[in-house]
Amino acid sequence: MRMIDAKKLVFEYIRRDEEGNVEAINRALDEVTLDVMEGDFVAILGHNGSGKSTMAKHINAILMPSEGTLYVNGYDTKDEEKIWDIRQSAGMVFQNPDNQIIATVVEEDVGFGPENLGVPTEEIWKRVEESLKAVGMYEYRSHSPNKLSGGQKQRVAIAGIMAMRPKCIILDEPTAMLDPNGRKEVIRTIRELNKKEKVTVLLITHYMDEVIHADKVLVMDSGKVVMQGTPREIFSQVDKLKKYRLDVPQVTELAYELKKQGMPLPDGILTRDEFVEAMMEVRNGAFTR
Amino acid sequence: MIRDITIGQYYPSGSIIHRLDPRIKLIGTIVYIVSMFLFDTFWGYLVTGLFLFGIIKASKVPLKYIVKGLKSVIILLLFTVSFNLFLTPGEHELVRIGFIKITAEGLRFAVYMGLRLVLLILGSSLMTFTTTPNELTDGIERLLGFLKVIHVPVHEVAMMMSIALRFIPILLEETDKIMKAQQARGADFETGNLIRRAKAMVPILVPLFISAFRRAGDLAMAMEARCYRGGKGRTKMKPLKYKGKDMMAFCVLAVYILAILGVDRYFPMI
Repeated sequence: MRMIDAKKLVFEYIRRDEEGNVEAINRALDEVTLDVMEGDFVAILGHNGSGKSTMAKHINAILMPSEGTLYVNGYDTKDEEKIWDIRQSAGMVFQNPDNQIIATVVEEDVGFGPENLGVPTEEIWKRVEESLKAVGMYEYRSHSPNKLSGGQKQRVAIAGIMAMRPKCIILDEPTAMLDPNGRKEVIRTIRELNKKEKVTVLLITHYMDEVIHADKVLVMDSGKVVMQGTPREIFSQVDKLKKYRLDVPQVTELAYELKKQGMPLPDGILTRDEFVEAMMEVRNGAFTR
Repeated sequence: MIRDITIGQYYPSGSIIHRLDPRIKLIGTIVYIVSMFLFDTFWGYLVTGLFLFGIIKASKVPLKYIVKGLKSVIILLLFTVSFNLFLTPGEHELVRIGFIKITAEGLRFAVYMGLRLVLLILGSSLMTFTTTPNELTDGIERLLGFLKVIHVPVHEVAMMMSIALRFIPILLEETDKIMKAQQARGADFETGNLIRRAKAMVPILVPLFISAFRRAGDLAMAMEARCYRGGKGRTKMKPLKYKGKDMMAFCVLAVYILAILGVDRYFPMI
């Protein structure tokens, strides 16, 4: 089933001067077409101002498209009456963990979403327990969020979304404010949720190494989707990525540079292990020759 | 400095007082505060003091920790006591230095006033020591629920209170960060007179306000993304229900009030 179905989505920020005349029109989204199937792990890459956060806000019906259509879980986002259904089916995790935690105790914060949905009390407790266990934060249920690390806070925020039983989670740069350890924690949690709980994941980021496990990667630049494909397909085009001011993972770049110097390496190496394997093959090849 | 203030902080110990319904604790505190003004004899203070001491023991919050909370109000306390001591007119003059005189009535009044204030502060701070901010706002929301009839947005106000409480430590941390960043660039918050120091605070407040507004916007968006749409149709994860121990607490409170009224009426004045 199609989880997210966007067709020729356009969104314009209109800047007006003091008299209300249109000063400038800024196209944050320019005919974006996006298809996400249920259970997919899709990553959107892009530099600052590429329109990737604007895209995320559309899927949660926080912003409405100027042109084009967007269906989330079969609901049209323009339909005001369906807005809460959309937000329940597509939960959103934001960048700053401090600004999305509402309660002073971890478990109460996770319970906030189900409370809003009018879920009965016992069911809330069940869901809170399940989602905290799913993100590995169950031991911290009675802690104050202020005393947790950034990565832990972000996992609590993810648990808060999971407790609403969404079919899809949109993460808008969830690791941008975290240290390397926190980033690893959060990405591992997201991957596990995608694999074990079969939640559709839409990860928005500008860290390349976070997207190598995605099923599909989209690259956005000034409001347009400029590249689309599997991580391997995307990362084999190092020059093109650099044009969009994006870096490739370190190993990929090393392999790319070596290949340019004439070493017989395959395109789009993503992990260190793959690189080691490819190098071994090159060496063995050199011996047999 | 800000971290030294113990008033209004939660002290988890899991005692029976902690597990009481926040509504009974709120009502109890109000009754306790009102009761302070019902008596005028030494016996009244004794009963109140014993009552408070009993509750503190039951709450398992260390007495030292509670008394530390008095530090922040010591100036107010000294002011009240000395004003009463020196400015109460009376017939039995005890000491006279120049135009200042201390009368027996003044002494008695000052001691009682000081005691009253101390008992008042200790009693009300005990409530915040034993109740989490969320329980407190839940309790207030339920107690004032009747105001919904006349369209007072009780739920919204309670939600605002609990969010404000959640953001106090975050904003404190942020203030600290801004101060350090400005000190690193040569700002001076420590020297100069009061006015100069107050002026030095302005460059801290401006970025703090801006960031607070940005946080508020982000939080509102995050709450909407989690389907928050006001109090209607909302269920509670921890609903408030009176239990046996809450009924007992009500009885204790009633006994206390009767004792206060009794000693005030039937025991001789000291």
